[in-house]
Amino acid sequence: MKYAILINEGPEQFAIRNDADKAPAYWGAYTAYGEALHKAGVFAGGAGLQPPHTATTIRHRDGKRVVQDGPFADTKEQLAGFYVVDVPDLDAALEWASRCPGLEYGSTIEVRPEIGMP
Amino acid sequence: MEAVARVAYGRLVAMLAARGRDIMAAEDALQEAFLAALTHWPEQGLPENPEAWLLTVARRRLIDAQRRDARSTGTLPDLIGDHGPAMDALSDDRLELMLVCAHPAIDEAVRAPLILQTVLGLNAERIAAAFLVAPATMGQRLVRAKQKVRDAGMRFELPGPEVLEERLEALLDAIYAAYGTGWEDLGAMTNGRDLGEEALLLAQAIHVRLPEHPETLGLLALMHHTHARRHTRRDRNGRFVPLEEQDPRKWDEADLRMAEAHLRTAATLGSPGRYQVEAAIQSAHASARLTGRTDAQAVLRLYDALLMLAPSTGARVAHAAATARVHGTERALVLLEAIDPALTRNYQAWHALRADLLRELGRTQDASEAYRTAIGLSQDAAVRRFLQERMQGTIQGQ
Repeated sequence: MKYAILINEGPEQFAIRNDADKAPAYWGAYTAYGEALHKAGVFAGGAGLQPPHTATTIRHRDGKRVVQDGPFADTKEQLAGFYVVDVPDLDAALEWASRCPGLEYGSTIEVRPEIGMP
Repeated sequence: MEAVARVAYGRLVAMLAARGRDIMAAEDALQEAFLAALTHWPEQGLPENPEAWLLTVARRRLIDAQRRDARSTGTLPDLIGDHGPAMDALSDDRLELMLVCAHPAIDEAVRAPLILQTVLGLNAERIAAAFLVAPATMGQRLVRAKQKVRDAGMRFELPGPEVLEERLEALLDAIYAAYGTGWEDLGAMTNGRDLGEEALLLAQAIHVRLPEHPETLGLLALMHHTHARRHTRRDRNGRFVPLEEQDPRKWDEADLRMAEAHLRTAATLGSPGRYQVEAAIQSAHASARLTGRTDAQAVLRLYDALLMLAPSTGARVAHAAATARVHGTERALVLLEAIDPALTRNYQAWHALRADLLRELGRTQDASEAYRTAIGLSQDAAVRRFLQERMQGTIQGQ
């Protein structure tokens, strides 16, 4: 079964990426995490995302297409990246999620099963 | 007899649910099997092994349902071909099922209701009454939880030893929550809130699989101890009787023996925990049967230990009450009033104890105000009456 591991970061966590002191450890930890997922044979996809100020939203309003600057929800925490893991059950997915380096930086990790596509 | 049926029910649901990791489908299939039994058994006589018969029929229904789903969605079911011989040994997987229900991914408030329904087959109305929730609301919560179990793909196997301990702790808490719904409310016996017997069955189901788990033994001992007093909580006229006014000789002998046996076994395992300490406190009260008086010092020491292991609001209030008996009222009142008001504002036991302490200090005005708050927060009519009498006595005695 496939699960998405969704990493949500607040402004302080996004700022680490450009912090010369902290960024190397941050990226290093994520690289190691990705490698561990690959080595275990559970990696099934994923991407790190640029910060929310780069986001553009698109929706239909009154039958017209509206394109807007900014992320879809104006919340403190925003999606920062995600992994997809292929594991037997939720418990195994949670085990992998608990190893995500984002946790030590204060990120909130959400785990969601994928839809079994018809 | 009912207990036997309950055990069989839980074992069947556990076996059926583990296969497709789907509690809802398992319950539906078992329901159909029961309906089939109603028509077949009177005609053809009771099968040699009714449980195995039900399991076989329910499994067939489960596979049929899977086939129907597969046809409508086009997915390949992985259950077909895996249904095995019909008469394979009936195993007891209730612990696995309970651990799924008490999984950290399940909302804490719904864990106990979910266990009561899936493992014991209690209906949503009965559970809703015990937890003081509207039946429709409880029904929705249970369905949502079962959907999560199915869709999130939760594990129906025992976790490894390092995780198991943590998960068992959550499971014991859920079972104790079920027990507590009836106990807190002393009108439980008459208004159908009491789930004491059910909670005992659940703890016994863990005990069967893990006979040497110290905290399971502790919880069993605790529940047997309080269960032993179920008939003395009220007098003949339905009046509430506080613990210190109960006649210990009327406590249930068999329950007390079970409680002490479990507690002794737990003690030999050398791993103390919250439930063992709580059981030991009850044991100290029960020893008043023999000595005629409770060892207040011993009780207070146990509450000290409990606060280190599990400093809940309830434990802190009880600790203050125990302090009053050893170090006097004033010290107890200081401890009681040191608890965060946000936690005690609507906590009946805190106001009731505070009222008693204020009365003893002769602060009658404050005492009757505290009694009034406690009365307003009481859920049970007998307790309310008891507190009203105390309040009257306080006012008249001034």
